[in-house]
Amino acid sequence: MKQVYASMLWACVVAWSLAAQAEDSSATHTLAASCAACHGPNGNSLGGTPTLAALNQDYFVQRMQGFKDGSVSSTVMHHHAKGLTKEEITALASYFAQQPRQTAHALPHQSFLGAQ
Amino acid sequence: MQPDSILTSHPVSATRRQFVRSVIYGGLAFYGLPAFARASKPPLGHVVIVGAGFAGLTAAKYLRAWSMGNLKVTIIEPNPQFISCPQSNLVLGGSRTLDQLSFGYDLSRKQHGLNWVQDSVTAVDLANKQVQLTRGNLSYDRLILAPGVDFNYSKIPGMPATVADIPHAWKAGKQTLQLRQQLESMPDGGVFVMTIPTGAYRCPPGPYERACQVAHYFKQHKPRSKVLILDANADITSKKGLFLQSFNGAYQGIIEYHNNSEILQLDAASKTIKTDFETVKADVLNVIPPQLAGKVTQVAGLNNVDGRWCEVDFVTYASSLQSDVHIIGDSISAGLPKSAHMATSQAKVCAAAIIDLQTGNAPNPLPVFANTCYSFVDDQQAMHVANVYRYDPAKKSMVSAEGGGVSTKATVQEGEYAQAWAKNIWADTLT
Ligand SMILES: Cc1cc2nc3c(=O)[nH]c(=O)nc-3n(C[C@H](O)[C@H](O)[C@H](O)COP(=O)(O)OP(=O)(O)OC[C@H]3O[C@@H](n4cnc5c(N)ncnc54)[C@H](O)[C@@H]3O)c2cc1C
Repeated sequence: MKQVYASMLWACVVAWSLAAQAEDSSATHTLAASCAACHGPNGNSLGGTPTLAALNQDYFVQRMQGFKDGSVSSTVMHHHAKGLTKEEITALASYFAQQPRQTAHALPHQSFLGAQ
Repeated sequence: MQPDSILTSHPVSATRRQFVRSVIYGGLAFYGLPAFARASKPPLGHVVIVGAGFAGLTAAKYLRAWSMGNLKVTIIEPNPQFISCPQSNLVLGGSRTLDQLSFGYDLSRKQHGLNWVQDSVTAVDLANKQVQLTRGNLSYDRLILAPGVDFNYSKIPGMPATVADIPHAWKAGKQTLQLRQQLESMPDGGVFVMTIPTGAYRCPPGPYERACQVAHYFKQHKPRSKVLILDANADITSKKGLFLQSFNGAYQGIIEYHNNSEILQLDAASKTIKTDFETVKADVLNVIPPQLAGKVTQVAGLNNVDGRWCEVDFVTYASSLQSDVHIIGDSISAGLPKSAHMATSQAKVCAAAIIDLQTGNAPNPLPVFANTCYSFVDDQQAMHVANVYRYDPAKKSMVSAEGGGVSTKATVQEGEYAQAWAKNIWADTLT
């Protein structure tokens, strides 16, 4: 019996967390996608900036909170962290933690064809 | 032309619920399907995108990815390749080649299963939901216009629309090379004159970055030459303190900045410009023309802000005049800097909203995104302006959040970040 309750409880927790994720997911994945300009597609940087994909969630929050309150120094990131809410930072941390690390595609460089 | 025949696949069996789940949990995992999964009607409809610049190409990618291939996306773009405006000023400075800024569309096209039509849209039939191309018509369920900017030369007295040897170089390509060539041919001791228009134009810091790049080139190769900026604006419009550090520092004696210097008369043959204060003759003349939303928005009658820019709803990027036509990128009136990062962020909000609308869901009512824009002052050092923007429903606009700002000075480290920015935004847009 105990086990049945436990698994029911578990099912509820899972359903609840999926629903919660589903609710804010569109907002979060859109916001997260905005980070791609510097941190690469889906958080997989081509170099020169940290890869956010599969980054430890707590570490992400700790760094961003640090940029936000000024305890961690930065050149650019404080200008972003200060503009985000605590909830947004937490949601981004969880989103990026779930993204797979992938080798980025090579950029499709091509010689200038002279048409434009 | 038969774009429909090159249609890509989509899962026929996906129910709405499955679809939403897969969007949520599938992330950006590979969503392509084998050819046998082809069906005649895409579950979420057909989106036609006009223009494969930063905005249009990004919208295409994310529409396909976030809909798990359930939306059919067709891009119409006349150019055979993508040339990046970001970093094109470095071609003038000599630290980049145009080849390094040129990219093929093939990867993106294959990767995301995009239908591609190499053509221009010449008219939009809003009532019948069709675009007219030079080679036929195409129907849409939703249309995205992402044509970038158009130039209005009629605002410059004496300037005919096209003067072969007065490039704007404000769309990267042949004219960027032409301007570089003119600088190379100019004798030492010559004057490079650049004019900046009033009103919104693409990339507010771009002209000042260009002045620095030309000055950087002169300093190394033609030290007696001058850069004269004739700015029609009352003051430097972006990163003022930072640019002044360069104008009055490394480029003292090379760059001269004159504000309130609207062109009263231009003589193209002698490259002479008259302003309220002076008459100057250029050896190399670069007129950055007044700008407005891309021509296709004008023919569609959607440039309803001063007859120049397009008003949109920042939740969906739908035109305020036409709810099934979305407009993104430089063409919109947003009171925000017209930048590549901004264009891609708008494209993503628009893509997410279109998927919601086509699925029967309400789009996220409070979009938030970021913008980082770097400017190079020489071949190595750069500085940034960075902000988070969030939608304010009371003001009906994207408002800059607290805490944004600019660098304290241009540095080599930020130059490295700026290179990383370019690589990553190119990857996000083109792969
Ligand atoms: C010199 C310079 C430097 C810049 N530097 C930076 C920078 O460092 N960082 C930054 O963020 N931004 C920078 N920008 C700004 C950036 O380039 C623009 O904001 C960005 O390109 C806007 O994207 P878009 O998709 O709206 O327009 P575009 O990128 O111009 O794309 C529009 C596309 O639509 C196509 N098109 C137009 N009309 C039609 C039609 N009728 N039918 C079919 N296709 C059509 C065009 O061929 C084009 O490919 C710079 C701009 C310049 C000029």
